[in-house]
Amino acid sequence: MFSADTLEKFAREVAKYPADQKQSAVMACLAHAQEALGWLPPEAIEGVANYLGMPPIAAYEVASFYNMYDLKPVGKYKITVCTNLPCALSGGYHAGEYLQQKLGVGYGETTADGKFTLKEGECMGACGDAPVFIVNNRSMCSHMHPEQIDKLLEECK
Amino acid sequence: MLEIEIDGKKAQVPDGSTVMDAAQQLGVYIPHFCYHKKLSIAANCRMCLVQVEKAPKPLPACATPVTNGMKVFTHSDLAVKAQKGVMEFLLINHPLDCPICDQGGECQLQDMSVGYGPMKSRYTEEKHVVFHKDVGPLISMQEMSRCIHCTRCVRFGQEVAGVMELGMANRNMHSEIMTFVGRTVDSELSGNMIDLCPVGALTSKPFRYTARSWELQRRKSISPHDSVGANLVVQVKHDNVMRVLPRENDAVNECWISDKERFAYQALSSDARLTRPMVKQGGGWREVEWNVALDYVAHGLKDVAREHGGDAVAALAAQSSTVEELYLLGKLMKGLGSGNIDFRPRQSDFGSDFKRAGAPWLGMRLADIKDLDAALVVGSFLRKDHPLIAQRLRQAAKKYTKVSMLSVTADDQLINLHANLSVAPSQLVFALAAVVRAAAEAKGQAVPAGLENVQTCDTSCRIAASLLDGEKRAVFLGNVATQSADATRIHLLALELGRLTGASVGFLGEGANTVGAHVAWALPSGANARTMFEQPRKAYVLMGIEPEFDCANPQLAIAALRQASLVVCMSAFKNDPALEYADVMLPIAPYTETSGTFVNIEGRVQSFNGVVKARGDARPAWKILRVLGNVLNFEGFDYQSSEEVRDAVIGQGVEFVPGLSNDVNDLLLSLPAAPVAALERIADVPIHFADPMARRAPALLQTADARAPMLRASAGTLAALGLVAGEQAKVRQGEGVAQLMVQLDDKVPANCVRVAAAHPTTAMLGAMFGEITVERA
Amino acid sequence: MAMLGAITPVLMAGLDGDNSWSLKDYVARGGYEQLKRILINKMTQEDVIGEVKKSVLRGRGGAGFPTGLKWSFMPRSFPGDKYVVCNTDEGEPGTFKDRDIMRYNPHAVIEGMAIAAFAMGANRGYNYVHGEIWELYKRFEAALDEARAAGFIGQNILGSGFNFELFAHHGYGAYICGEETALLESIEGKKGQPRFKPPFPASFGLYGKPTTINNTETFASIPFILKMGGEEFLNLGKPNNGGTKLFSVSGHVNRPGNYEIPLGTPFATLLEMCGGMRGGRKLKAVIPGGSSAPVMPADVIMDCTMDYDSISKGGSMLGSGAVIVMDETVCMVKALERLSFFYHEESCGQCTPCREGTAWMYKVVHRIENGQGRPEDIDLLNSVLGNIAGRTICALGDAAAFPVQSFLKHFGSEFEYHIEHKTCLVPKDVQWAGSGFHKIPA
Repeated sequence: MFSADTLEKFAREVAKYPADQKQSAVMACLAHAQEALGWLPPEAIEGVANYLGMPPIAAYEVASFYNMYDLKPVGKYKITVCTNLPCALSGGYHAGEYLQQKLGVGYGETTADGKFTLKEGECMGACGDAPVFIVNNRSMCSHMHPEQIDKLLEECK
Repeated sequence: MLEIEIDGKKAQVPDGSTVMDAAQQLGVYIPHFCYHKKLSIAANCRMCLVQVEKAPKPLPACATPVTNGMKVFTHSDLAVKAQKGVMEFLLINHPLDCPICDQGGECQLQDMSVGYGPMKSRYTEEKHVVFHKDVGPLISMQEMSRCIHCTRCVRFGQEVAGVMELGMANRNMHSEIMTFVGRTVDSELSGNMIDLCPVGALTSKPFRYTARSWELQRRKSISPHDSVGANLVVQVKHDNVMRVLPRENDAVNECWISDKERFAYQALSSDARLTRPMVKQGGGWREVEWNVALDYVAHGLKDVAREHGGDAVAALAAQSSTVEELYLLGKLMKGLGSGNIDFRPRQSDFGSDFKRAGAPWLGMRLADIKDLDAALVVGSFLRKDHPLIAQRLRQAAKKYTKVSMLSVTADDQLINLHANLSVAPSQLVFALAAVVRAAAEAKGQAVPAGLENVQTCDTSCRIAASLLDGEKRAVFLGNVATQSADATRIHLLALELGRLTGASVGFLGEGANTVGAHVAWALPSGANARTMFEQPRKAYVLMGIEPEFDCANPQLAIAALRQASLVVCMSAFKNDPALEYADVMLPIAPYTETSGTFVNIEGRVQSFNGVVKARGDARPAWKILRVLGNVLNFEGFDYQSSEEVRDAVIGQGVEFVPGLSNDVNDLLLSLPAAPVAALERIADVPIHFADPMARRAPALLQTADARAPMLRASAGTLAALGLVAGEQAKVRQGEGVAQLMVQLDDKVPANCVRVAAAHPTTAMLGAMFGEITVERA
Repeated sequence: MAMLGAITPVLMAGLDGDNSWSLKDYVARGGYEQLKRILINKMTQEDVIGEVKKSVLRGRGGAGFPTGLKWSFMPRSFPGDKYVVCNTDEGEPGTFKDRDIMRYNPHAVIEGMAIAAFAMGANRGYNYVHGEIWELYKRFEAALDEARAAGFIGQNILGSGFNFELFAHHGYGAYICGEETALLESIEGKKGQPRFKPPFPASFGLYGKPTTINNTETFASIPFILKMGGEEFLNLGKPNNGGTKLFSVSGHVNRPGNYEIPLGTPFATLLEMCGGMRGGRKLKAVIPGGSSAPVMPADVIMDCTMDYDSISKGGSMLGSGAVIVMDETVCMVKALERLSFFYHEESCGQCTPCREGTAWMYKVVHRIENGQGRPEDIDLLNSVLGNIAGRTICALGDAAAFPVQSFLKHFGSEFEYHIEHKTCLVPKDVQWAGSGFHKIPA
């Protein structure tokens, strides 16, 4: 199920916790699994659960609770837009609308070519830099005005 | 002790008590949903909010610790306003489908909405809909919109069943109870979740839409399915058993029953029931009147006894037969001049007969298991053979009890085990001997005679050390130990271990009335359950058993039955194999249709009454035996009621039977010669094939536990045998051959194959723990 | 550039270099000197806690509980493991100060945690980092590697015999994990569902062991408090409101960002530091302490100073110091709709009033915003929020109720207008004009 590289990452996460608390690594291992596979199919959740010696449903509870896990396939680039109030006051809504216009999809949808998935997100803790996006759960993009959005989409090959 | 006042009533409660504990002690009712005394505190439903003096906010009674001098108000304005507020929230997304809800009439939400709910809903938005789930044949999760997210079912799995199969996925109002990607719920205790569910989200699939709760009459009964003797409520409508529920008895089953006990009732009203006496004539079966059938049996038995001597007659009964039935059967045999009676069809070593100091039993009370410091279970498929004892040990192990297993497979008992050693059946006696030796060495005592050549290992030392530590310890001998070819030696070794360590020694017991059968003295003075088939008899009386499934060596039993001139089969069910070897079929009443007594494994006497009329012409077996005695003009068959029979055997008003002892006299510890290295069979009795009722309960037969047996072996054994998982293989014992799917199972010891007993596909095989040969099919 | 402005910077002083987050730069700024001083001079645990108590450092995560007092709750003689946990799960809308601390000064957090661990006799710690700031989670892990290699954390630190193992644990998108017991559940590998208290973490925390959880800014302040002395730190602010604090200013100001100012600084001064209102528009309202704090009308906040006591007197709370500034173009119904959606979305779903009530409130506000409000809705909202507040396992129920309550209290007329006229009091073409978003090309 998982590559040697991913398994090595799992082991590094497990080592952070007391020996009898392997389950603590579930969030990190699910994140690594998602990074490797693009999303979290049930087999990956079960694989992580088995690796950590916890019931698969307990791992599923975690995967379905935290909203950065993708339990369905997403596009090559998942762009999450913060529209919470502080961001909205500084253009969060507008940036989201602009993105929707450019990509021709709404929140929760993926472009027909499978390249972009658009998500509406909650506070990312960067309200001073609004509007903010996160691409693929990893890189945060600040001050996303039209020119910056155009540039971002350009860079997403 | 802390003092608390609730609604003006004062109580003293132990330190660590919650307000809910105190309220229950005082008999003050505080409404609640998520709280359950056997589960951890979740405090999530918020229904039990009460006012506590000096607290600015209402507090949940279930989670609030009592402090000294605390004053609580459960009906103050603040408390009632909070409770009503919660009630309104619980109802806004709850469907108003009470008229078609199975829980209707016994629904906590429904009941409480009468007391705390608003007359009219202020919620005008669309109600949230939750998709239905299929989790197997027992639990219905068809209307999950009804769920109020109390998580009792989730906590039950984690904490009581020992396996988390249900979880609450997602978050916020999208939270929903589900299994992992639509899997089934397979725990043998799963049905308890139905009882725990305070609403109609989890309902009983077999019971669904068959009756409304207010149409049902509730009758007390006792489970015939295992040695615990779980207390039951049997719910009946128009003389049909509609549902079986646990009846709370903390000393016996707490508030739980196994799925087998809950759902086996389906067999009772099925077409599988035998409802007319039948006699075989000229190779064909004819339904006859009772007097004809009983005349036929009486004369038949008498003729055999007269012509061939009483020793030509033998009787074999199920361990779920009542005290009354077993006692009268014994008396009947005595009248016929036969000492060939037994109730232990799966046993093969009877070395302790005539040597026992009393009736073998648990060696302690069930309720005391929680106080053990250490326990060793020897030879057991614990979870499946004794689900409720496993549950007690599971809870104990969570606290401080060191529970160890020494058995023939390393099956997951869902118990946090201190040690888990699995060996081939022939090695079980040696492995236990190693623990005995380790205990002797740890105590600095001489190695017991006969054990000089035994080697200890880390695990045996670890187990021995655990049994030497603490106040209360116990050794339990499970069904495999009882059924082993070395049963007597294992028994003696356990006694020696008990002597060395101070641990109590006990048996888990194969059936509902194992102890009662000893008390009723349904024991052989002549041929036992093995020898009555090894040396075939002319006539057999079978009561409540199906030898092809229930005997240690079905092959041997069936061969003997086939050659007999008279086989009387007393059974509640039609049974195709019996139609071939039997000459008379007598329909007997199952536990719901007769009165009787079971003595459970702790020696507790539990009498029960029939809860419905006998089906068709079925009759209580004790009455049939009484009439047979009368027809045969035997003395002492004048009983008017089953209570009279019981009083003759046990006495009146006895709570625990006297004469319980696991000691044996005049036997010396010894070990067998080292076994020859042959492939060994390990035969479990799958939980839902363990008795004739369960075998015929459709819902149980669809569970994971009822999958057809496979040939299970470790990777090494499979390689050595040239077998491949997923392919078919032929197994052979003597004349018997079975073709089975091969399954990899690393919990099976090397050089063994696990092939379950008690199933049609393996019924023609031989000894449960005997030699076996395997070839690719 | 770490700070847009500051008065007497402490935490964010000297962070102008290109690599201010590196160990080298931190040490050059005097970093880890306090840990060394404590361990080499063999300061006692009581001395350290005493100094923190003197500073009246109040928890910077939102609740404002005195840090020194919290530390003194940890059982001294507990035989097993004890934990210190840092809460960098910064997800309270409006708050983004911890992100900058993690970005520019991660070693201050590490040193602060090590000192805290020493003071409480803990040997293991975790920093729970908001999943959305992944780059800074990685940066913190790198900082941990540096600190470990330099011997500032790990076994036998600086030869003192004191051991402290510290690790980073990331979140993955759940606001509720900012609640300290939800955070502990999350570290344990479960859903972030808050625990009922009591027991409190100091007696039953991570893995059931005594645990103290503090905010990132709180820990980062510790080395500076020990450096300047508790009393001097206290004197930076005002009595009962010690020290400087980071304020995250967002919304309709010219320069949103973080500002470190002494507690007690007038709001007007802070607004001035932010370059005033964007486009010179009129101030309408301010949420002064993160979205969970009650909203304050312009005239009330303009009379306040930025400290716990003054804001509390003004009817709100300082919370995390997240100042959300709204100008006259804001439709308060729409603003509340978004906040209500947030609390509904982030409710963990565990307890009834929050799970059901937050969704209900959102649905009603949503209806009003969309022209389907009814006259009785305002009473209904007040009643529903009253049935949530104070009835839940954790404070999210209160946090969801306060905005609704305060928006209705101060801006009720806008809601009434919406209900009566099925449209907004603020003309459509003006709404959100203050966002500063460059016009979308037609």
